[in-house]
Amino acid sequence: MAIIELSHGSGGNKARNIIKDIFISRFSNPILNILDDSACVEGDLAFTTDSFVVEPVFFPGGDIGKLSVCGTVNDLAMKGAKPLYLSASFIIEEGFEMDDLGKIASSMAKTAKEAGVLIVTGDTKVVDRRGGLKPAPQIYITTAGIGKIPKDIDVSSKNATPGDAIILSGTIADHGVSIMNARNDFGFKGDLKSDCASLNGIVEAFLSKDVRVLRDPTRGGLAASLNEIAKTSKVSIVIEEDKIPVLPQVKAACDLLGLDPLHVANEGKFVAFVRQSSADKALKKIKTHKLGKNASILGFVEKGATGVSIKTRVGSLRPLGMLEGEQLPRIC
Amino acid sequence: MEVCGTHTVAISKNGLRSLLPPNIRLFSGPGCPVCVTPQAEIDASIELAKRPKTIITTFGDMIRVPGTRTSLEKEKAEGSDVRVVYSPLDCLDIAKKEPEKEIVFIGVGFETTSPAIAATVLKAKEEKAHNFSVIPAFKLIPPALQALTGAKDVRVDGFILPGHVSTIIGADAYGFLEIPGVIAGFEAEDILEAIRMIAKLIGARNRPPVQIQYKSVVKPEGNPAALKVLYEVFEPSDSNWRGIGTIKGSGLVFRDKYRDFDALKKFDVKMRSAKEPAGCSCGSILKGVKTPPECKLFGKKCTPEYPVGPCMVSSEGACSAYYKYGNN
Amino acid sequence: MCLAIPGKVESISGDSSEVNFSGLKRTVSLKLLPGVKTGDYVLVHAGFAIQTVDKHAAKKTLKLFKGL
Repeated sequence: MAIIELSHGSGGNKARNIIKDIFISRFSNPILNILDDSACVEGDLAFTTDSFVVEPVFFPGGDIGKLSVCGTVNDLAMKGAKPLYLSASFIIEEGFEMDDLGKIASSMAKTAKEAGVLIVTGDTKVVDRRGGLKPAPQIYITTAGIGKIPKDIDVSSKNATPGDAIILSGTIADHGVSIMNARNDFGFKGDLKSDCASLNGIVEAFLSKDVRVLRDPTRGGLAASLNEIAKTSKVSIVIEEDKIPVLPQVKAACDLLGLDPLHVANEGKFVAFVRQSSADKALKKIKTHKLGKNASILGFVEKGATGVSIKTRVGSLRPLGMLEGEQLPRIC
Repeated sequence: MEVCGTHTVAISKNGLRSLLPPNIRLFSGPGCPVCVTPQAEIDASIELAKRPKTIITTFGDMIRVPGTRTSLEKEKAEGSDVRVVYSPLDCLDIAKKEPEKEIVFIGVGFETTSPAIAATVLKAKEEKAHNFSVIPAFKLIPPALQALTGAKDVRVDGFILPGHVSTIIGADAYGFLEIPGVIAGFEAEDILEAIRMIAKLIGARNRPPVQIQYKSVVKPEGNPAALKVLYEVFEPSDSNWRGIGTIKGSGLVFRDKYRDFDALKKFDVKMRSAKEPAGCSCGSILKGVKTPPECKLFGKKCTPEYPVGPCMVSSEGACSAYYKYGNN
Repeated sequence: MCLAIPGKVESISGDSSEVNFSGLKRTVSLKLLPGVKTGDYVLVHAGFAIQTVDKHAAKKTLKLFKGL
């Protein structure tokens, strides 16, 4: 009897296969089948949803509440939409501390205010505590969001075109490493903070009709996002290893745990595929924003076979695929 | 031949094969500790996960390895307490926090890793951590190299020797080698320099000694203190290498004094012989006789999402590296 | 087959030390490497220091390639 495993939820090929085989095959429709971060409905409305199950609930740089608002705001921003309204649903296990719930709600209110969105509807359910290997009561949050796409803006993962410059907004792997360190007792001490942030402000700063694709590389990391875009647009993407910024303490944690930063989740970064003639201008605007200080042009969309390649430091070219399943720390 | 799995990954990740001239071909060797652990031992580890009030602790490498019927990951999904640790010392912290449970550590690795577990066992004895034990599945590199150079179907002109194993055993441990060997670091530059050094040594007039490229951390004598700790707790024994067979003196077992920490004895674990998956070429790949693309199952029935053999599931396995990073 | 990273020893207490890896810190056992001094660079694997790092030798290889 086949069962769902943790690896089915981690953004790699296994996860995509489950989504395709179980859900998309049954729900199929032209809007869904594009599989962008947000669906575009009624002409200019962007609509999206996301669930948040992060553990631990409070981590350096944020909490599940902040994440649940940023996550959905960002999915709307990645469609070029101005996020407007959010819903928030809570599934809470009996025994969860009231104070913690209050803290999470405050965090959501603060984040929503900063992002300029209103939480207009929601739901709450309390369930039995599962216990077992998870003795502490859990909380799961689902947010859905609506935003408006400005006229002349057409951002979609099917738009990547040969020649496009690929801009990365900043350092990668911050969030995933922070969570892994907070979740496990690996004993690492240092500034490992999640980069959790709302991206609608920075996107608005440079958004134009020359911006063809936007994607925030969450689960599965930068590698997964670039591969999804390459597949959907049927293009060849080539990026340079040298141009990928990683904070030194994050790199050290990745090296110690055998993790590849390219496959680690981010929650406050994006890639933008911009028409080459406007790329430098866009990069300049991104870099003036506080969330884009480490932005750079990662690479370009090229003519060639569909897929993603990376030019290594020593000058060779090799494929960059998606990871299968959750990346686990290793010693060998 | 690069012996070490971490070298295989570094070579693939940096696309080094594509930078070499056509007269230099790289083959991967058996230096992936997960790949060479016999199916029977993997099954035994997973069996212990099913034992009540037992916490299985392991390095992340072992979680996804397929046993005959299941894996640690699957058992975890079914409710077993399986935890990934960074250091074996973390197991002792768990043992203290959960005195009513048995903490079993899966001891897979080569000489870089086994001294760390030996040191942990010494600490456990000192602290009287009676609820801690280890499944001893460690292997030793020099006996394996000796077996490889003696094997009829293996044709190697030079070895890229493992960098970190050598920090422990030292360059002197390879004195038996009759073909050139260079101990290399793990950056692309290190490996390229080592290959250049090997190429120079091939065909050199007098039998060339093993050379050290990874000078920053490898010494001729290695780390004598670590070796002392290792052989205080363990002693060499014959060991079965998956795909290769039994190699004399290539494994480690607990010395009598520390037998209480042997999980296999403590829980009377029975090893059941296991069949190799049909069509799997891991054995030939581990000897460098075949490359992953030459396996009939590679990329078709055997992929990282649905691995058949250990060379695909381990992130250090040759098949996994070739699949992820291409043939370059 | 073994991931080991160099770090700087910042303090020592008996068999134990605090090692700094580019801003990331961890307690590292010195049980396998007696004689380490504060300020030394050590190679760390699975929470143990397994060898001292000769920084001079480490820089040499990188210089060799930068010059190409």
